[in-house]
Amino acid sequence: MDRDVVIVGAGVVGAAIARELCRYELDVTLLEAGPDVGAGTSKANTALLHTGFDAKPGTLEATLVARGYRRLAEYAASVGIPVERTGALLVAWDDEQLGEFAGIVERSRANGYGAIREITSEELYRREPNLGPGARGALEVPDESIICPFTTPLAFATEAVMAGCDLRRSKPLTGVRRLGGGGFRVEAPGGAFTTRRLVNAAGLRSDEIDRMLGGEAFTVTPRRGELIVFDKLSRPLVRQIVLAVPTKVSKGVLVAPTVFGNVMVGPTAEDVERKDDTSSTEAGLRYLRGEAGRIMPRLLDYEVTAAYVGLRAATEHTDFQIRFEDGYACVGGIRSTGLSASMAIAEHVRDGLELDLRPRAERPPLRMPNLGEAFPRPYQQGELVAADTDYGRVVCFCERVTRGELRDAFASAIPPVDLDGLRRRTRAHMGRCQGFFCGAELARMLADRKGAGRG
Amino acid sequence: MADRPVAVVGGGPAGLAAAIELRRRTGREVVVVEREAEAGGIPRHARHQGFGLRDLRRPLSGPAYARRYAELARAAGAELLTETMVTGWSGEGPGALELTGPGARSTLEPAAVVLASGCRERPRPARLVPGSRPDGVMTTGMLQQLVYLQGLPAGGRALVVGAEHVSFSAILTLAHGGARTVALATELPRHQSLAAFRLGALARHRVPVWTSTRVTDIRGRPRVEEVDLTDTVTGGVRTVACDTVVFSADWIPDHELAVAAGLELDPATHGPAVDAALRSSRHGVFAAGNLLHGAEQADVAALGGRHAAAGVAAYLDRGEWAVRRVPVVCDPPLGWIAPNAVSDPAEVPARGRFALRASEFLSAPRIEIAQGGRRLWSGRVARVMPGRSARLPHGWTREVDPAGDEVRVTARGAG
Repeated sequence: MDRDVVIVGAGVVGAAIARELCRYELDVTLLEAGPDVGAGTSKANTALLHTGFDAKPGTLEATLVARGYRRLAEYAASVGIPVERTGALLVAWDDEQLGEFAGIVERSRANGYGAIREITSEELYRREPNLGPGARGALEVPDESIICPFTTPLAFATEAVMAGCDLRRSKPLTGVRRLGGGGFRVEAPGGAFTTRRLVNAAGLRSDEIDRMLGGEAFTVTPRRGELIVFDKLSRPLVRQIVLAVPTKVSKGVLVAPTVFGNVMVGPTAEDVERKDDTSSTEAGLRYLRGEAGRIMPRLLDYEVTAAYVGLRAATEHTDFQIRFEDGYACVGGIRSTGLSASMAIAEHVRDGLELDLRPRAERPPLRMPNLGEAFPRPYQQGELVAADTDYGRVVCFCERVTRGELRDAFASAIPPVDLDGLRRRTRAHMGRCQGFFCGAELARMLADRKGAGRG
Repeated sequence: MADRPVAVVGGGPAGLAAAIELRRRTGREVVVVEREAEAGGIPRHARHQGFGLRDLRRPLSGPAYARRYAELARAAGAELLTETMVTGWSGEGPGALELTGPGARSTLEPAAVVLASGCRERPRPARLVPGSRPDGVMTTGMLQQLVYLQGLPAGGRALVVGAEHVSFSAILTLAHGGARTVALATELPRHQSLAAFRLGALARHRVPVWTSTRVTDIRGRPRVEEVDLTDTVTGGVRTVACDTVVFSADWIPDHELAVAAGLELDPATHGPAVDAALRSSRHGVFAAGNLLHGAEQADVAALGGRHAAAGVAAYLDRGEWAVRRVPVVCDPPLGWIAPNAVSDPAEVPARGRFALRASEFLSAPRIEIAQGGRRLWSGRVARVMPGRSARLPHGWTREVDPAGDEVRVTARGAG
């Protein structure tokens, strides 16, 4: 066998599994169809670190989200993934929604989360004075947090790569079959190889890969979620995550601060045909602006900085589709809670694969570049700027990204290959001007790098 | 106070013109803080001709104009801190500016501040244009830098959104970068550029202008492949094949620092509210140029900067600051007026005029200016439109009651 484990999919789940397995003496390959780690569904997540208070009790999802919350909160603090424990307020806008509260509290307790409590509308408006009129009351969930959706999968993949993981980007799986004597033969552009274990963490395509191996347990129906992000100047309007009372179809539209200092509104929930249909729609944008105006009217005084679209890997089932069969781990149907659950999913998969686990020697701790507004950015640190002049040279004005950070990104263990990748690593081009000021210079840096790569 | 410098934030035409005039009038140290590597502002990468007519009395290309201003400012003894950004602002009045630059963070405590941080074009997301997010979608500002500063190709077939002056200049920039412009598309019923400039660009490149047309979808991966355009009158949709979409004009002041400094913004311009002397609402802080409202041409911005410097010099001489001011507001379909406050009724605005824009095309409207029901002025103005300023006289400010209500500007009987 060429490999111990091949993981298909370098989203937040696949990357977390790679990181977990690379803590042991294993030969791990991580295959990614897209150009980058975390460049599919993971990049357009609502960026919340959920406690799992509202999961369906008794499901695998409920267990893994609750455990994943604790793991990721601790890990984020140690490697520098921005997390802010803002807390959430689940707001009822009518009697019917108010009537749901008892059930939600009960479910939260069944999930082992007891800190949830009901607050009056007076207290709600005291907490969130910019909330639109008509709120009847709220449930407070003090541990719900916001997290950087970009740094998280990159941190996982970086640790894996530093420990020897063979990360292959732009390498979609083209074929896979079981070998007679055990193990698998995996085909991807650039070559085929054999492996003892196979992990399917292919997100939207996890059902297709499962079928290649004879699985028929689930079908992924992409559920489109559109999000709009308001200008950072609107950030003081919102203190906590403002959640909606969930329905059968979705968790509803939420208003939340982001770790970059913006305010995000979304997502919509619409089943679509194509697994690459990440287009925003006129109806979606209109609906989200309407919801923003209803939930927090003053948001509409601010410009929209960006519109994102994510496709959630929804299935016909209400739980994660994780199962183990003779060295094959299917990790499918991981929906928007995948970010919160990622580290717990990784441990669950590690145990399910029944590998011979011999821990590797400890590596020096990883420290990721900070993209969060709540923590010091390089341009704010006088000593850093004095020691390295490039940390004083701001290239992206809107997001205050320095030449030093761009340089570091290109020199990192997993360098960016396109503008989107550079944006996810540094925040460059993410701000309100969308490249008016720095777009051409970033294009030059990327072009030079491509040229250098060819030469 | 006497030995403190004057800080100018932004080294574009308005900021540099202010710096030159400040040196001439005050003899104080003048520090221009510019976040780009070169001073000069937007003209650095606007290679077409037509700059400098009103202020330098000679026709120049944008880059030559930018260089000329930087030279004049240095020759006048102003200090130009390039690649340096104001990243914080504390204290009262002019307060203390936190500067971040190559190798150092520092603090500047000026006697007065001229904010001249300019404007930018609204990018696609702010215009809420749906579709996928492919490469090849950019503003004119980025296009100009891509082609003229970085020497990178602009694509093959381009659609330009907008029909203001800068939109027509984009045709030339695209041609320089090797791209053909398929069409200009504007949601408005007419274009808003000067005849001579428009004809020059259109005749050479044979580009149609599609009016009352909105972009309703952008498709392609990884780069733009096609765009849907909807006729806002008939509802008809046409699909255009192109690999580049340039969102031009639709300017918005780059006002982050103004907001951080707590300056009162005019809700219509999105820039700091200023009086005729270009005082902002914060003691000792002036604002000038295109930070005040959507873009005027560079020479107009420069003359505004020069005017602000006169106000700063008077302030430094006398140390007086107007406390109460009367806001000047527009009723729709008028869009905005600038300046948009009256402090001292005797003060004359830059170039002896108020600039007025509308959200639609008004032909020969009668403009009425009134305070609390009392008419201050009334008269016809040839044209008021979006994208280009009409000129209003200023003499009516002498009739303003400084203790009275806001002044309202209304359009009546537009043709």
